[in-house]
This record gives sequence, C-alpha cells and structure tokens, in this order.
Amino acid sequence: MIKDIAIEAKNLTVGYGDYVLLKNADYQVNKGDIFIIMGGSGCGKSSMLRVLTGLIEPLKGTVIINGTDITKASEEEVQKIREKSGILYQSGALFSSMTLAENIMLPLQQYSDYSLSTIRELAELKLALVGLKGFGDFYPSEISGGMKKRAGLARALAMDPDIVYFDEPSAGLDPISSRNLDDLILELNHSLGTTIVVVTHELSSIFAIGNNSIFLDAQSKSILARGNPNDLLKNPPNEEVYKFLTRGGEK
Amino acid sequence: MQKKMQNVIDVEKVESNRLKIIISGDVLRQNIDTPFAVLQESLTSDIKKVDFIAENLEAWDSSLVLFIYDTRRLCQEKNVALNMQHLPQNLQDLIGLAFAVDRNPSRGSEKFSTIEEIGKKTLELKQKTADVLNFIGNVLSGIGRCLRFNSIMRKIDFFAALEDCGPKAIGIVCLISFLIGLILAFVGAVQLQTFGAQIYVASLVTIGMCRIMGAIMVGVIMSGRTGSSYAATIGTMQVNEELDALQTMGLSRIDFLVLPRLFALMIAMPILTMISDFLGMMGGAFVGVFLMDIPYQEYWNYAFKAFRLNNFLVGLFHSFCFAIIISLCGCYSGLKCEKNADGVGKATTKSVVCAIVWMIVVTGIITVICQELGI
Ligand SMILES: Nc1ncnc2c1ncn2[C@@H]1O[C@H](COP(=O)(O)OP(=O)(O)OP(=O)(O)O)[C@@H](O)[C@H]1O
Ligand SMILES: [Mg+2]
Repeated sequence: MIKDIAIEAKNLTVGYGDYVLLKNADYQVNKGDIFIIMGGSGCGKSSMLRVLTGLIEPLKGTVIINGTDITKASEEEVQKIREKSGILYQSGALFSSMTLAENIMLPLQQYSDYSLSTIRELAELKLALVGLKGFGDFYPSEISGGMKKRAGLARALAMDPDIVYFDEPSAGLDPISSRNLDDLILELNHSLGTTIVVVTHELSSIFAIGNNSIFLDAQSKSILARGNPNDLLKNPPNEEVYKFLTRGGEK
Repeated sequence: MQKKMQNVIDVEKVESNRLKIIISGDVLRQNIDTPFAVLQESLTSDIKKVDFIAENLEAWDSSLVLFIYDTRRLCQEKNVALNMQHLPQNLQDLIGLAFAVDRNPSRGSEKFSTIEEIGKKTLELKQKTADVLNFIGNVLSGIGRCLRFNSIMRKIDFFAALEDCGPKAIGIVCLISFLIGLILAFVGAVQLQTFGAQIYVASLVTIGMCRIMGAIMVGVIMSGRTGSSYAATIGTMQVNEELDALQTMGLSRIDFLVLPRLFALMIAMPILTMISDFLGMMGGAFVGVFLMDIPYQEYWNYAFKAFRLNNFLVGLFHSFCFAIIISLCGCYSGLKCEKNADGVGKATTKSVVCAIVWMIVVTGIITVICQELGI
C-alpha cells in the first residue's frame, strides 16, 4: 500500500506563528500523479510547497514522503529524500555566481560518483532537454526570466528525481514556452514515471496536465475540492471552484 | 477656487431621524476630515437613514470615494440605512468594488502590556542566543568536515573571496594606515616636543601601529567593505530563494557560503595588518622627517628599537580574531535576512554594527589577558 503513495499529508496545519493559512488538511499524492495545488492568491500554496519540501515545519500534523515521515525523520533520512526530489522555484533560484552548467553540476558532484567529464556531459544533456543547448557557459544574469526557469528545471532534474515540485512554472512565460513546459512536464511524467506536484493558476495547464488536485481556500482555511481538474470542471462541488475553473463563470 | 464654493460636502438634518449629505461642485483633493467629523457628530442614535445628494457634483477624485467609503463603514457600524442611489453610477460601482472582498486577515499582532512585552523580548533573546550558538556550532563542525576533506566547499569560491578581500583591499588599507600613522605622529609630536623628546615619535607610532592600531583600522575597513558585502550577497541569495534551493538540495549553507568567506578573511586580514603596520610607520616617518626635521636614519633607528615581536604578534592575533568576527557577523546577518529588499539593507547594517561592537569587546578581552600574562 505504502508503495503507491508518494506523498501523504495527515491533519496538516500550515501557517506562520499564530497566522494559520490552512487547518487540518488531509490529502494523498499517488506515485506517477501530476498533482495540482490551486487556489486564489495568498491562500498558502507556496507555503504548502515549502512544507512539503521541508523548508518550514507544519504547525501541526505529518507529511509522509515515500514512506518517511519528514516531520520526525533523522537528518540522513531527510537528506535521502532531498536527493530524490527536485524543485523549481518561482524565480528559478539559480546560483548567480555560477554558470548554468555549474549550477546543474553542483548536485551531481555532491551526490554521484560520476567522473567530472560525465557530469559535464550530463549537465549539457539536461540543458538540452529544456531547450537551452549551448547556454552552459552563461551566467544567470545573462539570460531571460523564462530561460532562468528552464535552467532551474534542468537543475531540478539533475539527480533524476522521483518527485519534482513546481512553483508557478508558467508565471512570466510566453504562451508558447508555457505550453512547451507543460509538454516537458507530461513527457517527464510519461517516460520516467516522475511524480509531479505543481502550484499554478494557469487554467490551460491545469486541464492539460493535471490528473489530481486540491483546491485551497483562504476563507475557510481548508481544502474545498479535490480530484481530477477536468472532473471538477464537469461537476463543480461548489461555487468557488466553479468560478476559479471558469475564470469567474464565463463560458 | 476653494473660496468660491465654501462647502462642497454639507451635512444637513432633514427630519428628526434623517440626514442629508449634499455634495456639490468639484471634490478634488478635498480635506474630508472636517465634513466627516461633522457627520459623526450629527449621526446621533435617533438617526435611522442617511441620503447622499449629488445633483451638482462635477469632478471628483479619491478623496470623495474615501469619504463615501468611510461613511458607509460608519453607517454599517451604527446600523443606519444609507441611500447611495443619487450618486453617479461609476462612483457607486467603485464603492461596491471596495466592499466586495472583506476578509480582514488577522496577523495575530495584539497589543501587549509592558510586562508581557519584556517577557516576549526575553524569550526572543533566548531564542536568538540559541540561534547564534547553533550557528557557531555549525561553523565549527563545518571546519571539522573541511579538515577531514569531507566538505563541499568549492575552492573556486574560496579563491574568489580571497581575491576580493585581499589584493582588492590593499589600496584602501594602505591609504588609511598611512594617514593614521600621520595623525598618530602629529598628535604625539605636539606633546613630546614640549619635553624636547620628539624623537620618541618614532617609538610611539611603531608601538601604536603594531600593537593595536593596524589591526583595528584593518578591522574597521574590512567590516565596512567586506563584512557588509558578505551580508548583502547572502541576503540577496535569500531573497532570490537561492538559500532555499541550497537547503532543499541538501547542500550545507555553512560549507558552501560561510567557510570560503571565513577562511579567506582569516588569511587576508593578518597580511593586510602587516601591510597596515608598515604603512603606518611610513606615515609617522613622513611627519618625523619632513615636518619635525628628525634625520631619516635616526627616525628608523628609534622605530626599530621600539619594535617588539611581542607587540607585532599581538597585533596579528587581534586581526585574526577580527577576521573571524567580521566574516561570521556578515554571514550570519545575511543568512537571517528577511525575504525583501529592505531586509538586505537591514542585514548589511547589522553586520557592520555587530562586527564593530564585537571587535571592541574582543580587543578589551585580549588586552586584559595580555596584561595578566605580562605580554
Ligand atoms: N515568512 C512568512 N511569514 C509570515 N507570513 C507569511 C510568510 N510567507 C508568507 N506569508 C503569508 O502567507 C500567506 C500565503 O502566502 P503564500 O506565498 O503561500 O501564498 P500563495 O498561495 O503562494 O500566493 P500566490 O499565488 O500569490 O503565490 C500570505 O498572505 C503571506 O502574507
Ligand atoms: Mg506563491
């Protein structure tokens, strides 16, 4: 049973200090899912992602990733999970003092036993995968915002992760690049079986890639809906979800 | 223009339980405090209804919107019916928009009494102390990893940091040290001249620079120049989520960011201090030889006679300690930076202030210890 569940959140309360964003949330992400976290601005999607990736501790409750409870795990166990997860940050979060290639090589040098030349080639390969072939020697300040995102994705993919988290992957991308990124996510998911967790507002990507989702609500501090976004659109469980999925009710 | 029409917003009582707010003319950049105060006064408990009349309203801006907004809130509070039918449609829409979302996000920031405030601050202090000790512990264990060749510190980062705080800092260190030597000599000379003992200026400058002034000046320069840049660089990485990325990649921030900077300063500062000592003596010689007519040879004779290895080494030890203080203060402030531009500014300030305060404290401690040991 545990084998098929990638992420399990139990009784999770997320917030900062006294400021609660979400109360007693329960949800599961199956292995191989493309799981969408959606909701209005400021409802705590990024914060939820920060909890899942272990950057902040939940106020209450547990998060179990691949069978390990990360709120109680030892440093080594957490480390192991980290090696097997990749994260694409809202702004890319590339290290500005390193070239793109060095950025991607960093985790490889740290966690793998490949020779330096192999690592270099792997970095080139990952860059090519995200459409940045030949940009290895560029510094992050020398490329555009969309390219930074893709480079960030290349770095997230460096260690062949089991789970990849995306924070607003299509924000700041033109429609074509955004579409390409969606295709890339689908490709990753199909060919490697990678579990993918995406925080996004982009309706077209939600319907194009998502096969499971939760809808967070700031007012009730709870999960308002869950399931396949396309099913949610067909049978919206309540007004808010319907409005969100149809851009406020238009056809 | 203001004089022509005195009151653009007027509050009138029409019946015993009814108010009329008459708005006319141009309501642009109006002071709404006065009419609102009038309204508050007139809105006694027997008033049940308020009407807006805006037949002669011409131009308006946010001041009117704010007035209506406040009025509506006041009426809601007091359970008074408010009739906005006579306002222009776009104005009504705007007010509707302002009231559409009413979430009242709570931040949990209540007012505390002084005693509670003291208690909170004390707990915070405890937390902060624990944080700092934790940081120092982590740095020590990072150094341990380094000694076992088990660290992820990148050599290239170290050399970049070394270049930045070594060769690139020599110019300013030379200039300041020369001037400090000059000043020391001047101040000393005036006093010594009264005894005809101006030759001892050479000893004064030599001892002063080698024992402490060289190290202190380099410390002040480097905390302003390098410590603050450490805080700003690391703080900006915090803002760009780069620190989050490091953490989630499982890479130690200490090994990756702090150690190269720490080691670079630990090597560079003693060397800069030696340079500073020498330049300070040159400054002294400049005053002695050119302004006080002490023979060149004589001056250096006295200078070398006054030179003690002890003093020199104590100076270097100071600078070594300062290097640790400056780099740790800089890196710690950067790592604790808030995630916005303002946070980076605060972190930079904090790094310099902390470094200088701790440098003075450590100087005091070292001085007392040297006194006890008779060095
Ligand atoms: N470090 C923090 N300390 C305190 N409150 C925070 C902190 N970070 C975020 N918040 C608060 O948490 C709330 C949710 O923030 P979060 O970034 O998770 O929203 P989001 O759902 O990702 O929004 P968006 O879609 O705009 O990115 C915000 O209202 C913010 O005020
Ligand atoms: Mg967000």
